[in-house]
Amino acid sequence: MIPELGHFSLIIALSMAFLLSLLPLIGAYRGIVTWIVFARPAAVAQLCLVGFAYLCLTWSFLNNDFSVAYVANHSNTHLPLIYKISGVWGGHEGSLLLWILILSGWMVAVACLSKSIPAILSSRVLAVMGLISVGFMLFTLFTSNPFERLYPMPIEGRDLNPLLQDIGLAVHPPMLYLGYVGFSVPFAFAVAALLEGRLDSAWARWTRPWANIAWMFLTLGIALGSWWAYYELGWGGWWFWDPVENASFMPWLIGTALIHSLAATEKRGVFKAWTVLLAVLAFSLSLLGTFLVRSGVLVSVHAFATDPARGLFILIFLSVVVGGSLLLYAFRTQRLVSTVRFGLISRETSLLVNNIFFGILCFSVLLGTLYPLILDALDLGKISVGPPYFDFIFSLIGTPLLAFAGLGMLLHWKHDMLSRISIRLLVCALGCLACGLLLPLFLPFYSVAVAIGLTGGGLVIIMSGSVLFDRLGKGRVLARLRTTPCSIFGMIVAHMGVGVFVIGVVITTAYSIERDVRMEPGDSYSIGPYRFDFEGTAEVPGPNYRSIMGMFDVYRDNEKITRMKPEKRFYLIQDNPMTEAAISPGFTRDLYIALGEPIESGPAWAVRIHYKPFVRWIWLGALMMAMGGLLGAADKRYRKLGGRISGEFIPVRPDG
Amino acid sequence: MTPKRKRRLMITLFIVTGVSAATGLTLMSLNENINLFYSPSQIAAGESPHNATFRVGGMVVTGSVTRNARNLDVRFDLTDTVEQVSVHYSGILPDLFREGQGIVALGKMEGTVFRAEQVLAKHDETYMAPEIRDAINTANAGKPSAGEEDPY
Repeated sequence: MIPELGHFSLIIALSMAFLLSLLPLIGAYRGIVTWIVFARPAAVAQLCLVGFAYLCLTWSFLNNDFSVAYVANHSNTHLPLIYKISGVWGGHEGSLLLWILILSGWMVAVACLSKSIPAILSSRVLAVMGLISVGFMLFTLFTSNPFERLYPMPIEGRDLNPLLQDIGLAVHPPMLYLGYVGFSVPFAFAVAALLEGRLDSAWARWTRPWANIAWMFLTLGIALGSWWAYYELGWGGWWFWDPVENASFMPWLIGTALIHSLAATEKRGVFKAWTVLLAVLAFSLSLLGTFLVRSGVLVSVHAFATDPARGLFILIFLSVVVGGSLLLYAFRTQRLVSTVRFGLISRETSLLVNNIFFGILCFSVLLGTLYPLILDALDLGKISVGPPYFDFIFSLIGTPLLAFAGLGMLLHWKHDMLSRISIRLLVCALGCLACGLLLPLFLPFYSVAVAIGLTGGGLVIIMSGSVLFDRLGKGRVLARLRTTPCSIFGMIVAHMGVGVFVIGVVITTAYSIERDVRMEPGDSYSIGPYRFDFEGTAEVPGPNYRSIMGMFDVYRDNEKITRMKPEKRFYLIQDNPMTEAAISPGFTRDLYIALGEPIESGPAWAVRIHYKPFVRWIWLGALMMAMGGLLGAADKRYRKLGGRISGEFIPVRPDG
Repeated sequence: MTPKRKRRLMITLFIVTGVSAATGLTLMSLNENINLFYSPSQIAAGESPHNATFRVGGMVVTGSVTRNARNLDVRFDLTDTVEQVSVHYSGILPDLFREGQGIVALGKMEGTVFRAEQVLAKHDETYMAPEIRDAINTANAGKPSAGEEDPY
């Protein structure tokens, strides 16, 4: 009964979304006020209906209702409670429902927080998002219904994939989806502006916090995924350039370009058409990512061809959304001409450079991801594009990008002179270069990549620091702290995060020590100052698995610092072994132990021991970037009444 | 030419040069970093490259896995049901490495032995890498009596 209620609720939500996507648009065109104001209550109603459907599915999980096929395939009576809740999005059908729920949530957020925006614009925005909901609800109901019943009802469920039974992966998809779907808001704003044929700095002011928040969630989602891969897959790697990862990384790259170009559009009214294009592209790439991951095209192009229903639907949806919005863009873009001029040495130029570089990065990731698929589809051979390709491109383009990121923050809008900042620039650059070149001498061996990375990362951090000093440095710190806009702090924290991230990446990559060793109880193995004593293994039962736990005592300079307990788990229902690595985290280094397999079924084990310096800095940097995005969106000026300021004076100051 | 047109021309030239340079570099490094896939039958026929890294995939032959008791060296045979190739690897095998399971190995040929740097098995019971499935199908296509049961 409950699953049917959920199913019906979703169907009613579909009709609601259908109305929402039609009435306000017609109302705005014809000038019918009641149809325009219909958008807000309709968005709220859609969220309630989708939320109810979502709760119904959760209820089925909690009550072990294995007559629902989706529950039977992704749950089990012995599954811990938290994974029953997160299991709702553990498979294809449920994750689509989560996607729709989050989209509806964003719509209600727009409805509630857009009181200051003209009703026509906000209802158009909601209508565009309603249209996207229609597509996804049709997809869910027709090709991937999570409420489908299973006859006869199995006594026991097939359990959740052991890889997903982990807190990191329980929160990773919601975060990622919040980011993915969040880009539908700037997208909807862009389409609404194109429909209206008008785009002013007020538009950028309304769009900017949404883009920032979506970008923040996407950053967090990707960082969580990387962290999960690090400790759960048992290889100790943090990024694999896997197509699934690239699918989430491409919208992030374009999203980064978008939040930068939005800054220029808001402050100076430049790059209007370009900003709109980026908003369209960011969401299109989110959809493309969904298509790649959900259609099975990544597993095999040919699997897609034999069961094309799902893939074909997303492909058609993708072309309608992308094609439609690009067509609209092509017709309306000439109305978005920017008349504002700016000098060669100006913050506008540096943001333009940022956009070009991020565009190139995204394009090369797209190429590396799709190239094997295209070759395979044309039967031209089976290839895989290895990490060296991506590493090469990113180090080639990332290095000048870091330099420009540092420089851009110091430049004024409109027109600036290099002579104004040349002394500071020279001192910072030479200082960083000296530190970057000399520091690796004190590290285990000299690496050019580390020297470049330290220089670039250090430069961005120092430059951000000098912007902070400009703001606060000259007396009366507290008073200045209060008058400085929040978005300035956002910019500083995010860019410092970039520096921290880069330093983490180069040091981890160059100086990680990874050893696969054979160890018997009583053996010990040393890496640098650390000694790992293998004490033996013990069997530990779990709720739906049994585990063999290894015990390692870790000594640093003969002083015991910790005991690490890596596990090998055997999940009983899916009959899968899983490696649970033990990690001793630290600010400057992680120690990492994973159990491989028993050798000759004796007491000896194959053991993987890693020493990973500065690996935490990677996620710390990502957290700082996300924090910066949040601070940027929390700026006071976005909470002011927005409706009447479109023609106001735009200050020419180096504001975020 | 008016100054305005001249500026536009400069900008266009700048963009065109930039984009073509970027595309060229990208394609060049793409071509240097792709790994081709070969099946055991193709290796037996001598089609695989020498001194170049490539991927080979197949099913692990049951009973072929031998471990060295003193270190982490492993030897096993891969098959596409027609030909076999012997693989040497040193290190920890993935969780889902089992006899009879399809795996993909990345490495080079050393004489008649494939020296693997990396062994991959997908985290899914029923998963069979598409390359391996195709390799098995292609290898069997030439045989007149492929009467045995599907290996997967």
